[in-house]
Amino acid sequence: MGKTLIITTAGINCDRELAEAFALAGATPESRHLNELMADPAIIDAYDLIGIPGGFSYGDAVAAGRVAAQLMRHALYPAFVRAIERGVPIIAPCNGFQIAVQMGLLPGGGNDGVLPSEPPAATVTLAVNESARFVDRWTRIEIPAETRCVWTRGVTLGDETSLLPVAHGEGRFIPQSSALLAELESRGQVAVRYAADDNPNGSVGAVAGICDPTGLVLGLMPHPERYTRWTQHPWWTRLNAADRAGDPPGLQMFRNAVTHAARCAAV
Amino acid sequence: MSQDTVHRVEIRPRAGAPDPKSDEAAREAAAVGVAPAPTRVEHASVYLIQAALSPADIEELARTLLADPVTDEFVIGAAPPRGDALIEVHPLPGVTDPDAEAVELAIQTVLGVEAVVRTGRRFDFTDTDAAGARTIAERSFANPVINAIHDTPYHPDDFPAAATHPASVVEVPLDDLDDTDLERLSREGHLFLSLEEMRAIQAEYRRLGRPPREIELETLAQTWSEHCVHKTLKARIRYEGDLPNAASRPGHTVNDDGSITIDNLLASTVAAATHELMADGIDWCLSVFVDNAGVIAFDDAHAVCFKVETHNHPSAIEPYGGAATGIGGCIRDIMGTGLGARPIAATDVFCVARPDAFSRDGSGRPLPAGCLHPKRILRQVVAGVRDYGNRMGIPTLGGAVWFDDDYVGNPLVYCGCVGVMPRRFVTGDARPGDRIIVLGGRTGRDGIHGATFSSAELTDTHADEFSHAVQIGNPVTEKKTLDAILEARDEPAGCLFAAITDCGAGGFSSAVGEMGETLGATVQLENAPLKYAGLSPTEIWISEAQERMVLAVPPENTTRLREICDRHDVELCDLGVFGTDERELILRYRELEVGRLPMTFLHEGCPRATRSARSTPPAPPERRPGGGRLRLSTGDALLELLAHPNIASKRWIIRQYDHEVQGRSVIKPLVGPAGEGPGDAAVVLPVTGSRRGLAIAQGLATGLRADPHRMALAAIDECVRNLVCVGADPDRIAILDNFSWPSCSDPESLGSLVRAAAGCYDGAMAYRTPFISGKDSLNNQFTTEDGRTIRIPPTLLISGFGIVPDVERCVTMDAKTAGSLLIMVGLTTPALGGSHYEMITGVTGSDLPSPDPAAGRAAAVAVHEAIRAGLVRSAHDPSEGGLLVAAAEMAIGGGLGVHVDTLALPVTETCPAVAACFAETSGRYLLEVGRDHLNDLSATLAGVPHAIVGEFRTEPSMTVSGADVDESIATLTQAWLGTLDW
Repeated sequence: MGKTLIITTAGINCDRELAEAFALAGATPESRHLNELMADPAIIDAYDLIGIPGGFSYGDAVAAGRVAAQLMRHALYPAFVRAIERGVPIIAPCNGFQIAVQMGLLPGGGNDGVLPSEPPAATVTLAVNESARFVDRWTRIEIPAETRCVWTRGVTLGDETSLLPVAHGEGRFIPQSSALLAELESRGQVAVRYAADDNPNGSVGAVAGICDPTGLVLGLMPHPERYTRWTQHPWWTRLNAADRAGDPPGLQMFRNAVTHAARCAAV
Repeated sequence: MSQDTVHRVEIRPRAGAPDPKSDEAAREAAAVGVAPAPTRVEHASVYLIQAALSPADIEELARTLLADPVTDEFVIGAAPPRGDALIEVHPLPGVTDPDAEAVELAIQTVLGVEAVVRTGRRFDFTDTDAAGARTIAERSFANPVINAIHDTPYHPDDFPAAATHPASVVEVPLDDLDDTDLERLSREGHLFLSLEEMRAIQAEYRRLGRPPREIELETLAQTWSEHCVHKTLKARIRYEGDLPNAASRPGHTVNDDGSITIDNLLASTVAAATHELMADGIDWCLSVFVDNAGVIAFDDAHAVCFKVETHNHPSAIEPYGGAATGIGGCIRDIMGTGLGARPIAATDVFCVARPDAFSRDGSGRPLPAGCLHPKRILRQVVAGVRDYGNRMGIPTLGGAVWFDDDYVGNPLVYCGCVGVMPRRFVTGDARPGDRIIVLGGRTGRDGIHGATFSSAELTDTHADEFSHAVQIGNPVTEKKTLDAILEARDEPAGCLFAAITDCGAGGFSSAVGEMGETLGATVQLENAPLKYAGLSPTEIWISEAQERMVLAVPPENTTRLREICDRHDVELCDLGVFGTDERELILRYRELEVGRLPMTFLHEGCPRATRSARSTPPAPPERRPGGGRLRLSTGDALLELLAHPNIASKRWIIRQYDHEVQGRSVIKPLVGPAGEGPGDAAVVLPVTGSRRGLAIAQGLATGLRADPHRMALAAIDECVRNLVCVGADPDRIAILDNFSWPSCSDPESLGSLVRAAAGCYDGAMAYRTPFISGKDSLNNQFTTEDGRTIRIPPTLLISGFGIVPDVERCVTMDAKTAGSLLIMVGLTTPALGGSHYEMITGVTGSDLPSPDPAAGRAAAVAVHEAIRAGLVRSAHDPSEGGLLVAAAEMAIGGGLGVHVDTLALPVTETCPAVAACFAETSGRYLLEVGRDHLNDLSATLAGVPHAIVGEFRTEPSMTVSGADVDESIATLTQAWLGTLDW
């Protein structure tokens, strides 16, 4: 149950904390190298959940996630379509998000319930931060009430705890048109936003993460997998017991997905 | 040479799309200060692709791989000029180009076509002429050591091939050379060996009855370099001057004439302390001074290790590459400790000249020829550590920057790395018959003579003479190699290799020479994969190309190892075998024997010199207690201190480093609700699922350099205080030494090293903090074109890590609660010598503070007890800037106000108000304590001087009884954040 595929390759470096987050949420993670999956894409069919971790795949040569996305687009797109059709929740934080938008998984087609058989061209991008600089900090976040995202829907955020860490140089969300952003908003595909005054990279619409029309695929620049224990909170030494009640928001997201996968399997 | 066409593609943002890279380029161009300044700079990426591809293929490649479909446009060939001048910056042939390697891989995988790729950058300038554009490029965008600058779009027909050096055996007759000839050969051949050492080599080859071959001389020069063998620290030293308790120091003999003979300085000081402490009950040191890093026990099942390296000379010439390969090399030390540790944290400390002290336009002192501007150096070294550390996925968690104008020609770059490993992997040894296996990067000409270069002194011509010593790293290659090594280590049937080490200074010559020291080794040099054809056997042998690890692998395990490497796209080569009949190093190239050296001569033949050291107490600087600066009000002095670059917030640097990756960081470098508080130490969780933590910090007390003995004591004390402040157990702290000194052929300079080493011994013994590893860099000075020598201040970095029994008990420095009390632990002395207050006022001649390590140790133990008992809300060490700066930092960090009563301060003797506010006496702690815990705290601190010296409050201001201070926290914050907000 909860068999989880963690995809690693050259330059991926957040695979272990992503696996740990899945494990804390009750899943059973396994790391597989992209080279193995490209040689035998059917490996993916055996998993209930998938994580595309953060890092600097292939050194982020040309642009962040560009080379890994080309490889995965080329070799793995149909296997991912099959996974989504099976109801497999997929999370892609940071470099994973950059890969997912360029390999055609996000914002994803299939509004009519049928996923495109060929990978669609990217319609959103994660451009160089407005500051032109890598930034590591915790930002205040909001989760749109109307989101259809399996991962973030229903996550409880407190005044002192509605945060996620970001660490990236290319995270500025830019949709190809304002109409597209409006569409994503109206369909509940905005999964996470930066708080209005805490946008770390100049993202349009303060969008921090989006999901596909099924709500299964979440891509986001922040790292929920780095917020699964209270001692990861940036000022946890000031938090009181009430603040620390329950699971940190990052862990809640993984629990949501693991629960969803279990429900899927039961049906 | 390839027959295929070289295609050129330019990528730039579409009109109207955000273009931060151009904006950044424009800011950098403006800062160069050419007239007329460009009104606009446009940046574009250039790809040169040599492959059998049609124009349609290239267009498809540009559209799908090179350009972003949402924001970019592309041009095949070159766009017409878009401004008044154009510059392109391309890597020189042979310089590592990681982006190009990844594009080659993508083309190969997706299109199935072999390609050769080069990348470059194009800048179009508006309102600047060609000369101005070139000046901007030279000073900001390019470094002639690694880059070519073109003023038209660069589109070659073919890529230049590297020069070919044939494989032949070159003999270097020594027999007839006199001393002058030997010295000339050493200098001109870049061997940097002393006359005595050259004579030893001459004698050995007379004994062997043949002339040395070039590759043998090079091997000896690498192995005997100061960088590799630390011959100064291990030499016999005759020291004249004062040394406290000289007669009772281990390894020190007081001669009849009053001079002191020290037999092996390292063994008699730093290492002696460790061995005495281990004999006296410290049982948690697992591997000290013998491996690539020092190792201590973490818990019953795990060990942690720490190494700190310097990369000073490469960083002086090419700061970005120098710093990046500095951290890259230090990470490889961790990968090569025992049977391989997992790197979990990195640290960095930089020493540079003050950015505003030097200029070309006459507003500051003229920058000496051959030096890069300190602001450029600092920006580039930060970028180098950022790009390497972040890509490796290792959080950079701690560090410091120290400014002094004597670092102008010779900046210091210290890189540290911490690793964790199961205890069964703490040691490894090669066995006869093990294959010599190299994993990772290919070998090129980069980095040749790095070890000998780093052991020499810098001059204004070094950038030209030693450009080949500069290396550019590829962190993804190192990350892949790390992944493969850890998988091979953790193989269910047992670790696949018997020993591992990194290829650092000296390349294969050092790595194989060290691993095979007791066994001998036969090396087949043509087996090394090369970046390009044409390297001579000697070049292959001594290249310091990055990202290579050498493993000793039992022959039956090589197949399995190769499978793992294949999956990770890691290159593996079999370079030969360990073990020869006569314990020799045998170097072969195809059928040709190119070198043969007895391991005994290589490792034991270096003559041990006796070096002269002298310490003349410096004439006390003229007391200049008067002057206008003394009339500086206490409030204004506080603002100036907060803005001093040594003290000011380093958030500009810290926020560029990923300090969250791996998810282990419990106490991060910046703390408090606004993330502005400067944490004393970082804490990580090395073992998943455990609450046992590891605190990491530094101590640096260069202000006390007038007496290196005190400087060492103060640096150890500061490191311990930083660790204790977050909750580390002072009985579980291990430390590392890094000496960066000016040339120790000067007896005074060596004398100051002797005193610093004595301070290290005394400090380690008093605090019971064993040294577990260390490194020295002993030729840090710069000779200008007019022959003036600029010596760096002797700089001792102490790095330390300590165990936090339960991270839930950790404390941060940000003030937590209005109404809680500020407690000072430890006595303050009036001595202001070397303090930042002296620096800002220009007052000189104050007494130098005298650290009291016994009191410092007692305070550390008592404060730890108080923290462990949950009595302390926040803790901070008052060091740079003293009491008021530390109290201000706590208030800023917590978003509270503070009142300080300097009259209540516990003192050794009457302290003038200025000293109470700003003295940097060591051994002191500032604690925030709730009123309800005051009695318990006093009981816990019994016997250790302490007093209530203030109170935190809601009102956002800082006031001081006994001094004229009333400043809003906003004003203090602004001063503190403003200086380095680049």
